[in-house]
Amino acid sequence: MKENRYVVKKDLDSHLLWKGEGPPLAHLDIELTERCNNACIHCCINKPAGDKRSLARELETCAWKDILRQAAELGMMTVRFTGGEPLLRKDFPELYLFARRLGLKVMLFTNARLITPQIAALLADIPPLEEIEISVYGMRRESYEAVTGVEGSYAGFRNGVQCLLDRKIPFVVKGALLPPNKKETAEFAAWAATNPRMDAPPSYAMFFDLRGRRDSAAKSSRIRRLRVSPEEGLDILTRHPGSYLKEMSAFFEKFSSPPGDRLFTCGIGPSCVDAYGVFQPCLSLRHPDLTFDLEKGSLKEANVSGFPRLREMKATNPLYLKRCARCFLRGFCEQCPAKSWSEHGTLDTPVEYCCRVAHAQARFLGLVMEKERAWDVRDSAERIQNLITRVAVS
Amino acid sequence: MKKIRMDMIFSHSSDVVSREIDGALIIVPLTSGVGDMEDDLFSMNETGTEIWNMLDGKKTVQEVVEALAQQYRAEPAEIEQDVAGIVTELLKRRMLVEATVA
Repeated sequence: MKENRYVVKKDLDSHLLWKGEGPPLAHLDIELTERCNNACIHCCINKPAGDKRSLARELETCAWKDILRQAAELGMMTVRFTGGEPLLRKDFPELYLFARRLGLKVMLFTNARLITPQIAALLADIPPLEEIEISVYGMRRESYEAVTGVEGSYAGFRNGVQCLLDRKIPFVVKGALLPPNKKETAEFAAWAATNPRMDAPPSYAMFFDLRGRRDSAAKSSRIRRLRVSPEEGLDILTRHPGSYLKEMSAFFEKFSSPPGDRLFTCGIGPSCVDAYGVFQPCLSLRHPDLTFDLEKGSLKEANVSGFPRLREMKATNPLYLKRCARCFLRGFCEQCPAKSWSEHGTLDTPVEYCCRVAHAQARFLGLVMEKERAWDVRDSAERIQNLITRVAVS
Repeated sequence: MKKIRMDMIFSHSSDVVSREIDGALIIVPLTSGVGDMEDDLFSMNETGTEIWNMLDGKKTVQEVVEALAQQYRAEPAEIEQDVAGIVTELLKRRMLVEATVA
């Protein structure tokens, strides 16, 4: 931070700015549309680009502006426009400008296919102040389009990226590890490394979520089949073992206690508004009992009155209480009410896949032994301390 | 560097958006090139915030100095120096524009 006499640069992430506990709402995800111009085989949310039912239900421009205005009044600094493909909304430039003129920083999650020279000019003239994140599905037309299912999508992605490069607009890339592109990881990493904004190898989505709306058993079943095995995922996560171990050591130093029956252990959020104006505790949690229709109340009511209730919710499922509630990996495991909802239609059913992924990593870290279950471990504190010591001296 | 005269009037630049959050003034760059880094946000100290709020496109620098002099037991020359200092810095950062020249 550079200090001047009167004007001080602030890094909001440090929270040094806030005098009190911070604003009621610091960040909001806005799912502008569930529609997408890709039809990715692993996607948990997409609807076809021209889906008439979605188009008819999506919030209009003025309603989104009202939500953005309310969010800014609650102190929000950053909005993330996501989807579906957010650039499918014809009013994207208008909403983007509106958000920026409210003094919001904008994160944009996109597949880049609809980034035109005009969109790039907008992003260059009025920078989002946050990096643009581009999902990459393959390094070649064949692999890319085998994932997206759309002919011409690869060329569109490349064109969109070129528009950003031409205008020197910063962006980062992330991958989705799928059968059609599994052999391209080195090529993807090499390409990503040419991007000055990528200070680490690209991350991969690979432990895919099932359909968040529980709208298609067939699609969820396909997503299950596309997930990497826990061992394969571990290989990817530990490509750079030194940094992985350091990261894990730091994590377990902070989060290592079994959660008990408290259902939400994630801190909840960032909260989200879906394409139809329904407020959700997070992007993934669409359980109807936990959402709030913003046509019936304000964002403040949804945010301030809803969250304390969530924090007090308890798990009741006996299997959860026997396993997850007693498990020292619980904060590390991706098990959460949203995963439970998309997998089982309940909030507190253990998700076997998450459990297997967490155990595979814990075995690599020396926190659990072969065939041992983390909820049966009695000396977890000692094992974690051993990990921390081992990493510190290595 | 432009010399700040007492008859000058300044207003907030359309290149930035100012917000008050949790009692703190934050200046958010809107257009490219404001600040050294694109993701910079800015805040001000107490004096800076007060002066910023008075630079409303209506008051002259002289009027700002006089208003501050009524609130603070400081030498007018010292206040004048403070106001000129912040105006200079904000102009350099493109956060302020000269509204009219008398």
